Amino acid sequence: MCSGIISRSMTRRHLRWIYAGLSLALVALFCGGLLYGAVRIPLRDIVQILLRSYEGKEAWQHIVLESRLPQTVTALLAGSSLAVSGLMLQTLFKNPLAGPSILGISDGANLGVAIAMIYLGAASYLTTIVAALTGAFVVLLIILGFSRKVTSNVMLLIIGIMVGYLASSVISILNYHASADKVHQYVMWGMGDFSGVSLSKLPWLAGFSLAGLLGALLLIKPLNALLLGDAYATNLGVNVRRARFLILICTGVLTAVVTAFCGPVSFIGLAVPHIARLLLGSSNHRHLLPVTLLAGACTALLCSMLTVIPGSGNVLPLSAITPIIGAPVIIYVIVNRKNLHYFN
Amino acid sequence: MKRSVAISTHQLSIGYSGRGGKRVVRPDLNLQLFTGEITALLGSNGAGKSTLLKTLCGLLPSLHGDIFIEGKPLAGYRSGELSTHVGVVLTERTQTGGISVYDLVSLGRYPHTGFFGTLREDDHAAIRHALETVGIADKAQRFVSELSDGERQKAFIAKALAQECPIILLDEPTAFLDVTSRMETMITLRRLAHREGKAVLLSTHDLDTALQLADTLWLQPADPAEEMICGKPDQLVGNGALARFFGSASLRFDPESRRLVPVTKKK
Repeated sequence: MCSGIISRSMTRRHLRWIYAGLSLALVALFCGGLLYGAVRIPLRDIVQILLRSYEGKEAWQHIVLESRLPQTVTALLAGSSLAVSGLMLQTLFKNPLAGPSILGISDGANLGVAIAMIYLGAASYLTTIVAALTGAFVVLLIILGFSRKVTSNVMLLIIGIMVGYLASSVISILNYHASADKVHQYVMWGMGDFSGVSLSKLPWLAGFSLAGLLGALLLIKPLNALLLGDAYATNLGVNVRRARFLILICTGVLTAVVTAFCGPVSFIGLAVPHIARLLLGSSNHRHLLPVTLLAGACTALLCSMLTVIPGSGNVLPLSAITPIIGAPVIIYVIVNRKNLHYFN
Repeated sequence: MKRSVAISTHQLSIGYSGRGGKRVVRPDLNLQLFTGEITALLGSNGAGKSTLLKTLCGLLPSLHGDIFIEGKPLAGYRSGELSTHVGVVLTERTQTGGISVYDLVSLGRYPHTGFFGTLREDDHAAIRHALETVGIADKAQRFVSELSDGERQKAFIAKALAQECPIILLDEPTAFLDVTSRMETMITLRRLAHREGKAVLLSTHDLDTALQLADTLWLQPADPAEEMICGKPDQLVGNGALARFFGSASLRFDPESRRLVPVTKKK
């Protein structure tokens, strides 16, 4: 009995360290994102610009306020949104390889954007976002429709993957008929980018993201019960159908809004929940979900910084960076089978 | 302890209904499960033991007839309300390997905690009591994946206990366990029934242990046309019901040793 109490308080200390460490890393990476870029701007000037008391170079002011600040905030929001939706999908589908891009939701967003860019000839920012949201929600509605008929989560996962394939195949057909510059424009969007959100559009992303994240935090209790499987959860009084519906709505909103604003961003949703489990050593969502949220924000901020090539004005595409961080984590988790015990 | 009826059924028929119509696994069941007793449900594979258990706890809709849980019809329970009356231990695969035994057992408090599932002092007390009752308090901080099969089964029984239900249904809780863990699990369940007055119903293939430790046996024949046989072990041994139930071309039930023995050709 005594040993139980001692080790529980040790866990608590361990927890405090994790939260403190992640918060510190988050602040450091956020500041890093503001400081570090293709153009060198001294710290003092950045602080002054942020405090609106700067009277120096117009260009620097523009870089910080219109580029770096929105980009870091976007990375923070997008990273936590993708990571949290990845975690919820892994729990819901009882599958360590589930993620926002698997269910076809981001493919739906891609398809919406492809149609808008290639057919409607629209390059405007707002059209892209509306198109992505529409595409993502159409796929989400299809999945939700099937979720009422199909009781098995594995079957639902397979349906999601198939819908994703359908969407990508339609995209390929569209691209085949489109002009070269339209295709190029679409391909560039498809690389993923945290820098496309301007300060004035940021509230839209923030609103949807925060709403989705809040929803996720409210679902912690049923998510834990779902670890036991549907029958046990039902016996504990969980309305499994409703819980599944709410989880899918939440992940759908989070994935759709991020894909709409930043393009498809791979691996963060898949890998970060595993990083969080490795850090925490537990799959109890009470802490796993907040830790995933923080770790997602940190990972995305880091990826966003790594896209900047120092000393040159060039920026690497985001989708070139995220797999470098994500793929090794997934391989480590799979090879080191001990880590898969979370799914047994 | 005074025994009372925990679950009763009236002309209950169990099975599955789908697009192809109904498939009746067993019609016209009139059963009574008592508190303070451990009841073992025996029957060959495919006889519908799991179907019966899942129907009794509301996981599977019944095809016809009525189920009364503590005197009240099952249909009269609001959604979620049943979770404080019937606890289950199933054969389902779970993803609980990555949480501690304590966390697993705390999931049994789900119906008792608030919106965020925060555990209060009485919840912790119930969890500790459950852990001690099944005898795995020393493993509370271990991961579920680190447990042996027997300990894992005990942890799930503790989860059902923490739920604080007067009725516990278990689907083959002793399958895959070695002889000692099998006996220990049964003794734990028996103690729960006798000391805490719970109504315990479990399905099993283990005739020896059931004869030794169960208070009541339910024999479920593979043929739906044959009636279910219920009674005390001694009574069913004495009146030859067990011999008829388990007799086959190559096996017979020996009332002396209370065991299944091979049929010897000529004597």
